[in-house]
This record gives sequence, C-alpha cells and structure tokens, in this order.
Amino acid sequence: MSSATPSAPEASAGLLSRVKTIPSVGPVLVLLAFCLVFAVTNPRFLAPHNLSIILQQTIVVGTLAIGQTLVILTAGIDLAVGAICVLGTIVAGKLVNLGYDPMLSMLFAVVLCTLSGLVAGTLVSRLDLPPFIVTLGTLGILTAALRLISQGGAFPVQDSFLGLTGNTFRVGSFVLTYGVLAMLLLYAAAWYLLNETRWGRHVYAIGNNPEAARLVGIPVRRHLLQVYALAGLIYGITAWLALGRIPNADPNALQTANLDSITAVVIGGTSLFGGRGGLVGTLIGALIVGVLRNGLTLAGIDPLWQDLVTGILVILAVAFDQLSRRRR
Amino acid sequence: MSVLAAPEAKAAPVRNVLEARGIVKSYGHVVALDGVDFELRAGEILAVVGDNGAGKSTLIKTLTGAVVPDSGEILLDGEPVHFKGPLDARHRGIETVYQDLAVAPALDIPSNLFLGRELLSPGLLGSLFRRLDKRRMRDEAERAMAELKFRLPSIASRVENLSGGQRQGVAVARAAVFARKLVIMDEPTAALGVRETGQVLELIRTIRDRGLPVVLISHNMPNVFDLADRIFIMRLGRRAAVVSPKSHSMADVVAIMTGAVKADGG
Amino acid sequence: MQASRHGRSRHAISEFTAGCAAFALVFGLAGAAGVSGAQAADVIVGLVTKTEVNPFFVKMRQAAEAEAKAKGLTLIARAGKFDGDNEGQVAAIEDLISAGAKGILVTPNNSSGMLGVIKKARDAGVLVIALDTATDPADAVDATFATDNFQAGVQQGAYAKAALGDKTPVIAMLDGTPGGTVDTFRHDGFLKGFGIAEGDPAIAGAAITNGAQDKGQIGMENLLSKNGDINVVYTINEPAAAGGYQALKSFGKEKDVILTSIDGGCAGVRNVQAGVIAATVMQFPYKMASMGVDAVAEYAASGKKPSGFVNTGSYLITDKPMPGLESKDSAWGLENCWGD
Repeated sequence: MSSATPSAPEASAGLLSRVKTIPSVGPVLVLLAFCLVFAVTNPRFLAPHNLSIILQQTIVVGTLAIGQTLVILTAGIDLAVGAICVLGTIVAGKLVNLGYDPMLSMLFAVVLCTLSGLVAGTLVSRLDLPPFIVTLGTLGILTAALRLISQGGAFPVQDSFLGLTGNTFRVGSFVLTYGVLAMLLLYAAAWYLLNETRWGRHVYAIGNNPEAARLVGIPVRRHLLQVYALAGLIYGITAWLALGRIPNADPNALQTANLDSITAVVIGGTSLFGGRGGLVGTLIGALIVGVLRNGLTLAGIDPLWQDLVTGILVILAVAFDQLSRRRR
Repeated sequence: MSVLAAPEAKAAPVRNVLEARGIVKSYGHVVALDGVDFELRAGEILAVVGDNGAGKSTLIKTLTGAVVPDSGEILLDGEPVHFKGPLDARHRGIETVYQDLAVAPALDIPSNLFLGRELLSPGLLGSLFRRLDKRRMRDEAERAMAELKFRLPSIASRVENLSGGQRQGVAVARAAVFARKLVIMDEPTAALGVRETGQVLELIRTIRDRGLPVVLISHNMPNVFDLADRIFIMRLGRRAAVVSPKSHSMADVVAIMTGAVKADGG
Repeated sequence: MQASRHGRSRHAISEFTAGCAAFALVFGLAGAAGVSGAQAADVIVGLVTKTEVNPFFVKMRQAAEAEAKAKGLTLIARAGKFDGDNEGQVAAIEDLISAGAKGILVTPNNSSGMLGVIKKARDAGVLVIALDTATDPADAVDATFATDNFQAGVQQGAYAKAALGDKTPVIAMLDGTPGGTVDTFRHDGFLKGFGIAEGDPAIAGAAITNGAQDKGQIGMENLLSKNGDINVVYTINEPAAAGGYQALKSFGKEKDVILTSIDGGCAGVRNVQAGVIAATVMQFPYKMASMGVDAVAEYAASGKKPSGFVNTGSYLITDKPMPGLESKDSAWGLENCWGD
C-alpha cells in the first residue's frame, strides 16, 4: 500500500526497528546466546535432567510473573506478589496440618489470595492510590500477619494433594513435574486472554492511554479491579505450585519474589510504563534468569555474577524501551 | 452495506438532526449558558465559535451528555432526549472527537478503531471463548479508511508509528464509523501542524459529504471559514448569531464574538 | 497491501512461534547432547550457605576455598539471597547435582525446607553434610558439622548467672528470628544455663532483632522503657548485642547490665575487649567448612562417609572470667575470630 506521505519515523526505520516490531526477539536471542555459551563451557548444561531442573526452578517466579505482567501492562506494579503467594502456602499448610480437607484448604487459600488482590485492586482503582504504595502496604501487612500466624516459624507440609504438583512424568528423556506443566498451561491461558480477547485488548488500552480507554466507554476502574483480582488468583495457584516444589510453608520465603518477577517481566521486554509487551517475553525473561543461575554454577563461576549480569540486562531492557518510546 | 453508518433519511433540506431549546446551566452564581437555542441541520458542518468563557464548551458538554443542563430541552431527530452521561449520547448515535489524541499508541489501527466495541468471532469461539475476530476488524477498518479516502501506510501499523495527523485521523474515523446521527469535534486540530491539519480537515469534509452532520468547535478562523456551512457564534453564555461564511467575513464574525457589533442573525 | 493484511495476528503468532522455537531449539540440542554428559576431571565440592553477606558464611566460604585448594578439589559456592530463601537454596543444590558435585555442604535456611532436594542428592550418590544448622530430622543428611548451639547457649547463660551473683535477675531477651532453629537452641540453652524455665518472671521481655544491630537497638530501647531494672541481656548474636549496648548507653545503664552474646565474630570479640560485651561464645565456621571439605575429599578417595553430629566446639570468650567456667581471653579470641 502506498503511503500518502512517508512520515519521519518510517523513513528512518532500519533493520533495528523492523526487528523491534516482534517484541520477543531480543529476549529470545539473549536466551539462545546464553544457552549456547553454557552448552560449550559444560556439556552437562544440555543434559535433559539439567534442562528439566531449570524449568522446575522457574515455576514459582515464572508463574508469579504472569500476574506481575498483567499488573505492569496496566502501568501498575505489584510488590506483594511473594507475600500473597506465601499467604497461600501458610494458610493451606496450616489448615491441612489442623486436619482439614486438603482440597478445600487449598481452595480456601487460593480464594484468600484472590481477595488480597481484590483489596489491592479496590484501593488502586477506586481511591486512585498509586499501585506502588498500595502493594508496598499489602506486602508489609501480609508479612507481619504471616509471621504472627505462624509464630515466625516455618513448618513442613506433608500432604499428597498439596504436594501433587511436585510429582513427575516423563516426556522422552525429560522428567518434568506437573508444576512445570501447570505453569506452561497458565501461560497459554493468560496469553489467550491477553491477545485474543476483548478483555486483554482493554488491558493494553488502559495501560496505553487510560483516558482514551475511558472515553471509548471501557469501564477502566472495574477492569483494573479485575486485573488485580486475577493476579491474586494466579499468586494463589502459584502457592500450590510452590508447595509442590518445597513441601514447606515458610513466612520468610519469597522475600525477593517481587523484584525477581519484575526482573523477568522487564527482561522479557514489557514496558514499566504499561501497555507494551506480553507474556511470551515474560516466560523467556524468567528462563533467562534461571539459565544464568544454573549455567554459571555449572561453569563454576561465582553466582554473584548472575546478579550482576541480570542487573545489566534489566538496565538494557529498560533503556531499550525508553529509547523506542522516545522516538515516538 | 456500507461500513459507515448510514445517515438516517435525507428528506427536507432544513431538517434539524439535533436541536436544543432554552438551555440554561449555571455553576453557583456564574451563569454559563443563559437560554441557548441551537440547531444542527442534516448534512452540514456547523462551526461553533466564541471567546474563551463564552460558553462553547459547556454547550458542547450538554450536547454530548457530559453536563446535564438546569433547564431547557434537547431534541434528537425531533424526539426529546435526556442524556445522563456521555455513554447515553453515544448509544443514541452521537460520537465525539477530542483535541488530545484519544488513541492507544501501542495498538494497531483496527484495534483503535474498534476500541471498546471489538467484534467477536462468530459461533462458540466468540460467545464462549470471547475470541476477537481480528480479521473482520481489520477488513472493516480497511474498508472504512478506503471509504473515507484516508490514506495510511498500513492498516496493521501501530498507531504510534503514524504521524500526528494520521493518529487524529484514526480517532475521527472511529467517530465516523460508529456515529449514526452526528459527530461532535472539539478542537480536533489544535494539537496538529499545518499539513497534518489539512489531512484532518479533508477527512471532516468527506464525512460531511457522506451525509453525516458535524459540529466543529474551533478557534482557528481560517479553518472554520474553509470548512463550515454555517457558523454559530457565542458570546457571554448566549447565542450571539448564526451566520454563513458566504455572507460574512472573518472580521464580521470576530466583531460579533467580541461584542463590537450587535448581530441580527439567529 | 496483501503482505500487511495479516500484520496484527501475524505479529502475535510470530511472537508465539519465536517462544516455541526457542524451546524447541534448546530441547532439541539437549536430546542430541544428552548422551554425552561429560564427566568432569576434578572432584567438585559444593557449598550452599544461607546468604552471601553474613561474615560468618564468608569465613566459611574462604576456609572451604582454601581447604579445597589444598586437597586439589574444585569448590563451587552458592548462597540464598536472604535468610529464608529456601527456593534459592533448593535451586543451588539442584544445580550442583547437575554440575556433578561429589559432595555438597549446606547450611540450610530452614531445617525442613530442603529435605526433598537433599534426598535427591543423596539418591544420586552425592555426600551431603549440613554445616552450622542441623536438618529436621537430623539423619536426612549424612552428617552434621556444627556448633552445638544449645550448649553454646548454656555457656552464655551460665556465665550471665555467675557474673550476676546474688542480685535478683531481670532478664531481657534479644532474640533473632522467632522459630529459627538456631535461635530456638540458643534461647533455650541460655535459659537452661541460667537455671530458669521459659515464662519465668525473671524474664522482663523479649524483642525480635533478626540478628541486626539497628533492630537490636530498637528492641533494647523498648524493653528498657518497659522495665528499667533490667540487669542481664541475652543476645542472639554480636550485632544485636552492639545495638543493645547503644540503647543501654543512651539510658545510662551500660555499666549496670551484664550483656552477653554468641558468635565469635571479630567485631564481637573486640567489643568484649572494649568491655561492651561481658562475654561471648565463639563458634568456628572455618572448622565446619574445612572439616566438610576434608570429608568430601575422603569420600571421593575411599568412599567412606562421615555420620552423625560432629560438634565443632564453642568457647566462652571474656576478659572477666568467672570461677568454675572455662573461658579464653579476648586476645586468644582475636586470633581465632571470623570476619573483620
């Protein structure tokens, strides 16, 4: 199609900006590059067993990052991800240890997590409080409450249903856990919701330009509320996956899950300003972090380098986003 | 069938699509509208001009449902209507375009065109799985843009990759596609450069030529004279005059606006 | 035009396929390379500590590095990101199993959180030794090399009791993190050594310090506000004690109170020398680490595994020794302490 008048940004569009239109290309290349380097330095890296492990290590932060992605796409941020997830593990664990039905206990815990998200969402959407502050407050309240409930102590959760997601199955030479499968299914479902439905389109619209969204009749407040509640639901399901990974409820666990999940989202190419990015990037971002940690250990390199490299990637990703936004 | 909503009937030349009688609106002791009468005829571009504080924007807000008047009545196609909010007016076929670009930059053109009114796939995919019919939205967006003779680099472009004029063009096209009765444009070119303004004015003219009446609020006299069929002049919360650009000069209009000349028209 | 018709959905699809392609490529490579899983030439010993920042674990790591070098082993060290980072420690052990470690030395953040992965490691033929903190149950690992923290608490309590003499005790407890294994042992040991039970009226109150100086200070201030007659202070570690001392000083009570601690960090020993802390109980992280590395070297050479609890010892460090209590002075302490 012929353009009436080639506008300035188009004229200067080189290969770089062409590539940029496929948002996950950068993260995918980074992931492949790391895999290649680690595969060369230690052949054990590509052993099926090791790759299965990396996937398993990605479950908790990777699944939390789904909710974080939804919130960040609306130009919000969620600092309470880890705390809400720990709420789920402690409540489910406590109830089961008290002798309640495991399935109902887990369900109750998930509902409670959803409610936590709903409360945060209400404060953000109805009172127009900044998400940063609301979720920081939620984090503080939950952390204190959980230590009070559990008397500060961690306790083992030895229930077959709560630990179900830690069970394994084989795919060829790969031994995977149901937790990995659950994470991938959640990604697929959330991807469909975001990319193929009206609801998802409105999430992007709100993150892009909330005023425009309101003017075209999108119920912005209600939508935000739904986003936070859905994120809470995802954190609750993650609690189940976390118990499958470590059959232990610990009020001190997952303290850095908020920053870790934000890291995965940002490295995956989603903009902290909202409205741009997506879940494929987030999954890749979470895998990059996992691959780095595992690969450096296998290479016998001080894992502090992992934090350093991750930090560089975060800054690069944000700088890239900022640059591509400034051009517009 | 045309993608653009068909304007309903083209009968008598003086038929009023939108009519307002004796609109009064005060904020405390300040009277913003002091018994204003207003009529928009079928198939015309009616420019609304006035100095700052003359009551232009309050008048427009009552017509789009953003403000409920204290007294007076509004008739749409001769039928009394009571808008309780902007959504009410939209449901009755009145679309509004704003000065600031009301688009979602990272979404593509069809997504913006159908924003808030997305089409779902037919059958179970749509009703149960709420799946967007992206192909149909893209096709219809393309058809609408072709009918409006508005040229865009590619229908799949993200709006942020368009020029300012093209972006506003998307917002205007959205209003044109969904308006069944009329389109209200509130300073649609205020944020644009000269060339880009030209693109949008051309688009507004196309919309009028297709039979959809337009209310255009603007400060820019040359644009108003270039485009308008009639000019509605406000002063101090009242209708000062309605004149034709053919019979009056810019100086005349400015004189009426500022109160230097008492007008007879209207 | 035709080319761009499907732009939007192609966009989403290409995003999706790019992700899938990445997966497929990596896992495809894996299938090919999986068989070759090369055997490392050296014997790898893994060390997984609680955090990277605590000088106690830094000392442990330095000692492990030195010993590994001396024995010709390769050390790979990992740590959790914060106290309570079970997920991080589990991942570290999994990675070390993958790396083909012969033995793994671990200071578990939580006595039960790591049982699953430890079992996995042992099933894979890896020698697992808990350092510093025992697991629950203790026989989940092959052996535990640690300070007997209960015994160390008893030493602290007995000293406080002896130093107080005939005065009526009014005790403040500056605890670490409630529920922590080490915290509980030290706390209970102190009470045992002092000769009282939990809930004794002599205990004026307790505060949570997380073993940090600032929180130790705040906790002590609050306890002093509650009861100005406090004359004995238990602290979970020396940073908490240093914070407690600040509070005592601001209340003008630093001379009247017997401030005791545990750990044996060099800063803590210097505080003993300066009279800030009356006595501390020193433990020996370098011993735990070097003994652990030795055990892995032995296992690699002969297949012999250590077992059970091995107490790496604890010494009372004070410049005001009490009759009947064995102790070392601060000069000896400074030669044997850890950290800066």
